[in-house]
Amino acid sequence: MEMNEIIEKVNEVLVDEFEVEIDTIKPDANLRETLDLDSLDYVDLVVAIESISGVKLGEEDFKGIETFQDFYDVLHSKVAEKQD
Amino acid sequence: MEKRVVITGMGIHSCIGTNLDEVKKSLYNGTSGIIFDQDRKDFGFQSGLTGNIPKPDLKPLLKRRQRISMGEESEYAFMATIEAFENAKIDQEYIDNNEVGLIYGNDSVSKSIIEATDIMREKMDTALIGSGAIFKSMNSTITMNLSTIFRMRGVNMTISAACASGSHSIGLAFLMIKNGLQDMIVCGGGQEVNKYAMSSFDALGVFSPDEDRPTQACRPFDSTRNGLIPSGGGATLVVESYESAVKRGAPIIAEILGYGFSSNGGHISTPNVVGPSTAMKRAIEQAKLSPKDIEYINAHATSTPIGDANEAKAIFDVFGENGPYVSSTKSLTGHECWMAGASEVIYSTLMMQNDFIAPNLNFENPDEDAKKVNITGKTIDKKFDIYLSNSFGFGGTNSALVLKKMN
Repeated sequence: MEMNEIIEKVNEVLVDEFEVEIDTIKPDANLRETLDLDSLDYVDLVVAIESISGVKLGEEDFKGIETFQDFYDVLHSKVAEKQD
Repeated sequence: MEKRVVITGMGIHSCIGTNLDEVKKSLYNGTSGIIFDQDRKDFGFQSGLTGNIPKPDLKPLLKRRQRISMGEESEYAFMATIEAFENAKIDQEYIDNNEVGLIYGNDSVSKSIIEATDIMREKMDTALIGSGAIFKSMNSTITMNLSTIFRMRGVNMTISAACASGSHSIGLAFLMIKNGLQDMIVCGGGQEVNKYAMSSFDALGVFSPDEDRPTQACRPFDSTRNGLIPSGGGATLVVESYESAVKRGAPIIAEILGYGFSSNGGHISTPNVVGPSTAMKRAIEQAKLSPKDIEYINAHATSTPIGDANEAKAIFDVFGENGPYVSSTKSLTGHECWMAGASEVIYSTLMMQNDFIAPNLNFENPDEDAKKVNITGKTIDKKFDIYLSNSFGFGGTNSALVLKKMN
């Protein structure tokens, strides 16, 4: 999956799952604050991402993620690993 | 000193209406909420009859985080609780500043458990079940959801007592308030009615097979009765001490006078006579009344051959000849199971407030036991001040409540 496709699919599933407006999702926006994530919501974030990519994110994957761009980058990397 | 215990608010979400006014009209007009559901039949049910309960839209009312922890039964209970708080004149500020308790009846979360298990079977990874499943798949799901949504800080527990759950929740709230342990307790009953919840009940072959005439299929006490019809929804009552209600200037609807309970000590599903009779006698005794003071009985009668016959025998045992009017509102609603004991207190209280007795629908030919009690097949315009409501459940659990109008 190319980065553009990842961004499009991730944004679509986040709008649906976390009920946020699409224009609040910007590459440099803070992921946790924008989606209003608490510890339980990360469980649902993992489920949502698996449903669109087949990639299962673990706790380690979220370390260092601040912005949506960080999140896209991690997912892009994980998808690439999976395809190898 | 023991306190008087009153009801100051009621709310309902059921197959005969999703607010008190709709339900009052259905009760008076004898309007049934039963339908035939082809999806159940296709799923393998012996009977596709069910109560038809509108699904509430909670999206405008609750945040996503709150909604994903709620199964069907919690959604119904939430809608009923909103109405009950409105009628009781209780807002969030009151709950934030006073200790309000919560005791609610519920005895299944079948759909939520099955949905989580289906994910496990497909994905084989618990990390993909999602965060809401655990909170939906515990029997206490209604009380955990309502207590957090409304930020309640008093007693907080679910009562699981089969089809008497809702009635026992009111009875236990009554005892706690009467003894000064709480000033206000929200109580009631919630019931999921989806095909997953009801399939194992249908397995017993106790649902009416009369699929070609849904509104006539439930015939409590009638000699041709041939089974119950599953139903559900949510029913909430605000119960509080008389002093608390007066201090708040709240509308006092009725007073709870007595709560009688017993267990049959017998068969897991077949009821007997002595257990229900004991519960009724205890409720009347606690109310400091005699059987002749009771003017109406809302029967548990579900439309099963043995259950109705034994309840009629028990009523005759307690009340004898020329007893009070009796009707089973399950003839209109079907069997609302865990919710029934609470909803039927609401139904009976609506009748008491509006001077009528709802009909025992489809009661045409009484059997020998029914002939001995005063069952009404038609709506009766009548003022009454005191009633008794019966609720019995699997395992032989029995509950009877006696309530009085507040003038």
